[in-house]
Amino acid sequence: MPASKNAILRDALGIGIGVASYGVSFGALGVTSGLDVWQTQALSALMFTGASQFALVGVLGAGGTAVSAIAAALLLGFRNFPYALRMSSLVRPHGLTKFLAAHVTIDESTAMGLAHENGPDQEVGGRFAFWATGASVFVFWNLATLIGAVAASGAGDPKVFGLDAAIAAGFVALVWPQFQGPLERKTGALAFLVALTAISFVRPGLPILLAGAVALVIGLATKPGAAS
Amino acid sequence: MNLWIPVLLATAGTFAFKVAGYFVPDRFTQHPHFNQVARLLPIGLLSGLIAVQTFGEGQSIVLDGRIAGAAVAVVLLMRKMPFIIVVFTAAIVTAIGRHFGLWI
Repeated sequence: MPASKNAILRDALGIGIGVASYGVSFGALGVTSGLDVWQTQALSALMFTGASQFALVGVLGAGGTAVSAIAAALLLGFRNFPYALRMSSLVRPHGLTKFLAAHVTIDESTAMGLAHENGPDQEVGGRFAFWATGASVFVFWNLATLIGAVAASGAGDPKVFGLDAAIAAGFVALVWPQFQGPLERKTGALAFLVALTAISFVRPGLPILLAGAVALVIGLATKPGAAS
Repeated sequence: MNLWIPVLLATAGTFAFKVAGYFVPDRFTQHPHFNQVARLLPIGLLSGLIAVQTFGEGQSIVLDGRIAGAAVAVVLLMRKMPFIIVVFTAAIVTAIGRHFGLWI
């Protein structure tokens, strides 16, 4: 049965409302990490890729340097490059629309684009799903960020409210769905141990980059498609 | 440090990755290791962030209420709870434990 545009639109709205919960958390964590409401909101409006935003404020809040915060955000944002490559052949934007498509190329819009790409209405459905999801997530993500940031800016000491633990819990929740196979779980465990060990020996921020290096080495050294 | 600098530089960089995908030919994705690295990189970084946010404080390891929060998160995720429930419960459990002196 062909997924009608109404059905796609309903899914896109549902995803938008779902990410709003991350958005509230991000807004609150941005402000408790030392950014002001404007800087936190600028990340949601302009960077618009959740994991990178969380990483940037997480490293800055933990006392890391600007360079390591930027590096962590960039490494996490790298996955949008293959997403964009893939969406480029589906969405086929022209001129300035390319930049608009690029801006809303994220986990959710890519997943929805791919999910509807091979439906009976083919590319039209995939393209529509991509744009609808991108727009929906953008609106809800930004509204939610604003709510979280404004609410937290009057909250006082973040530790009293357990907000430092909320940051840790947020990263656990972000990575959890990605532990799909043994290779993914092995990478996560090894990266965690390397970062934990490195905390006492290198400057703040660097343990996270070392964890990224672990993933890079495993990714390059493992034969793709091989069950491990 | 003016925090606008890392905010805007990181924003420019992540946007460049997104834009690049629409301008380079897509035979890039044919390289077999490319997608694997792109898939594993976020997993490694997020796992590193968990270690640092749960146990780190500057260059020291500090054992405090954050561990309880992270443990609560794992339990709730195993029970397939949504993101917002996981994060809020972790914060509440940590805060209550601190209030009653169970941990720092």
